Amino acid sequence: MKYQSQKVALAYIVCAVALFGIQVLGGLLAGWIYVSPNFLSEILPFNIVRMIHTNALIVWLLLGFFGAAYFLIPEEAEREIYSVKLAYLQLIILVVGTLGAVGSYLVGIHGGREFLEQPLWVKFGILVAALIFLFNVSMTVLAGKKTAITNVLLLGLWLLSLLWVFAFINPDNLSLDKMYWWFVVHLWVEATWELVMAAILAFLLLKLTGVDREVVEKWLYVIVATALFSGILGTGHHFYWIGLPGYWQWVGSIFSTFEVIPFFLMMSFAFVMVWKGRKNHPNKAALLWSLGSSTVAFFGAGVWGFLHTLHGVNFYSHGTQITAAHGHLAFYGAYVALNLAVFTYAMPMLRGREPYNQVLNMASFWLMTGGMAFMTFVLTFAGTIQTHMQRVLGEYYMDVQDGLALFYMMRFGAGAAVVIGALLFIYSILVVRKREVITPGAANPVPGE
Amino acid sequence: MAEFLTKSRARNVFYGGSIFFVVIFIAMTVQSHRYVVETSTAGMALSEEVILGKHVWERHSCINCHSLHGEGAYFAPELGNVMTRWGVQDESELAYEVLDGWMNAQPSGIEGRRQMPFFELTEEEMRGLAEFLRWADQTDTQGWPPNDAG
Ligand code: HEM
Ligand code: HEM
Ligand SMILES: [Fe+2]
Repeated sequence: MKYQSQKVALAYIVCAVALFGIQVLGGLLAGWIYVSPNFLSEILPFNIVRMIHTNALIVWLLLGFFGAAYFLIPEEAEREIYSVKLAYLQLIILVVGTLGAVGSYLVGIHGGREFLEQPLWVKFGILVAALIFLFNVSMTVLAGKKTAITNVLLLGLWLLSLLWVFAFINPDNLSLDKMYWWFVVHLWVEATWELVMAAILAFLLLKLTGVDREVVEKWLYVIVATALFSGILGTGHHFYWIGLPGYWQWVGSIFSTFEVIPFFLMMSFAFVMVWKGRKNHPNKAALLWSLGSSTVAFFGAGVWGFLHTLHGVNFYSHGTQITAAHGHLAFYGAYVALNLAVFTYAMPMLRGREPYNQVLNMASFWLMTGGMAFMTFVLTFAGTIQTHMQRVLGEYYMDVQDGLALFYMMRFGAGAAVVIGALLFIYSILVVRKREVITPGAANPVPGE
Repeated sequence: MAEFLTKSRARNVFYGGSIFFVVIFIAMTVQSHRYVVETSTAGMALSEEVILGKHVWERHSCINCHSLHGEGAYFAPELGNVMTRWGVQDESELAYEVLDGWMNAQPSGIEGRRQMPFFELTEEEMRGLAEFLRWADQTDTQGWPPNDAG
């Protein structure tokens, strides 16, 4: 750690992994209710559990992004963060808001737009925290060195905060409500968050592989260009059946197909950099998470997204377990794994020790990734059967669901593996070993030289 | 990557192209907004009752079990076409009665079956909810869902 103020990232990471734990436990509970529907049904109905699961996910990913920004911006800008106090104030607002939201869900106070159920005061809290953050990091970068990585990262964070305004815009007309709702949801995960992801990935690869900065930054601009060129009009893949004009079927199908490209490029980028890199960085676990993230994101967002994005397919699969399968693998690969990569990379430095518990950390990667992959497969099977029985044959929803019980049991098993993996991960970064068990070999020769 | 693609060229293409797509997207949004108001949802008035119903829908977070026009959770049936499924889409009073009967029979308490909670609603709220679901059902959704099962 070169700069003292990078230390604030530690507090962000600790809060983020705590919420990560809550998120997966909430998911496991929701998965259990699918298996045993009477469980807690009077005290804690499914909708409340689901809100906790999805909201905890979003908040901890954001906390992770903020923490990552506070960690990497000083190194890129080559100066201390403008105000450490503001950074902690921002964290306190976010944590109080999150606890407030969870508390109010438990007593039945919440909004009713999916993922944006936070009470109004929490939404304002998030807005204020975002503004503090933007002010703080922008002041840091403006006074320091400007790199492509900080440019793209800041642009992504500015735009995603700007889009948060649509969380406050809820027209009485349901179709308009839905259209503007996607301005937050789709334009977050398939546009602005992709900029954040690409920038963080570029930073990690730069540090882990030692490849020339010029090369990394050129890739970065190409990746984010393909992301926005496809992702903005790609929003149309959600506008097929909610009361919007029919032309979205073509615009959405064509542009969202191109959305596969940035994910393919990010995966290629990661592997090419590792292949070209001379450095043999001791933090193997961080490298595993970086490669894993870009690969699983390609499958979850790219392959599983394309699976149901053409309007002719989506007409039948819209709003089935296929959507849930895709949502899980995409979020996991692109944003969960990326955050865990940063945490794995940053923690040893933040705590002033050599990379430790790498073997445990890498085991947690395989357990979590295996669990999520299995969950995705079983939900895809369940969704395919559901689509056929319900959408093609026209059988009643509840009758079809009864036939899917086996898949939901397997989803629960997969979820249990993910929870164990998550707990292992948290243990591996928080609890210190005396000595690192892995020793790096000599630097790799450059291929072709 | 080819040599003509320098870092600064890549950057300029990124900024220029993104602005181009944002402008197109905004124009299409404006057009879509008009289309919704004037065409696809114009079949039934957006009355006070419908708006109240939407608030009731939101206050109880129905979306985190059900889907509505295919969006939401997948734990319980699609409700964007429920009034058609019940055969009461064209009869406001009947729609209210059937919905009221359904809501008051929850939770079913049947062992091994997914449970819908009981919601304490006033008559006015229940009527609003029925009107909201009828309003959603009359939206022109390009022929979705494929059949009444939703
Ligand atoms: C990391 C990036 C992505 C994430 C995190 C993500 C996540 C999600 C989630 C959570 C939903 C469900 C939303 C709801 O509750 O209604 C969804 C829906 C959808 N996603 Fe993605 N997605 C990503 C990328 C993509 C890409 C690249 C494509 C296309 C190639 C795609 C295609 C779709 C489609 C078509 C739907 C609608 C499914 C339906 O009709 O029910 N997604 N996505
Ligand atoms: C312990 C592991 C997990 C289990 C058992 C689980 C289970 C569930 C369940 C039952 C739902 C509700 C689906 C429905 O409405 O029918 C859900 C929704 C969701 N979960 Fe998970 N989950 C787990 C982990 C995760 C992880 C790690 C992520 C992020 C990568 C995640 C992201 C989501 C999202 C985005 C939704 C909303 C999906 C949509 O609307 O399409 N979950 N989860
Ligand atoms: Fe999308």
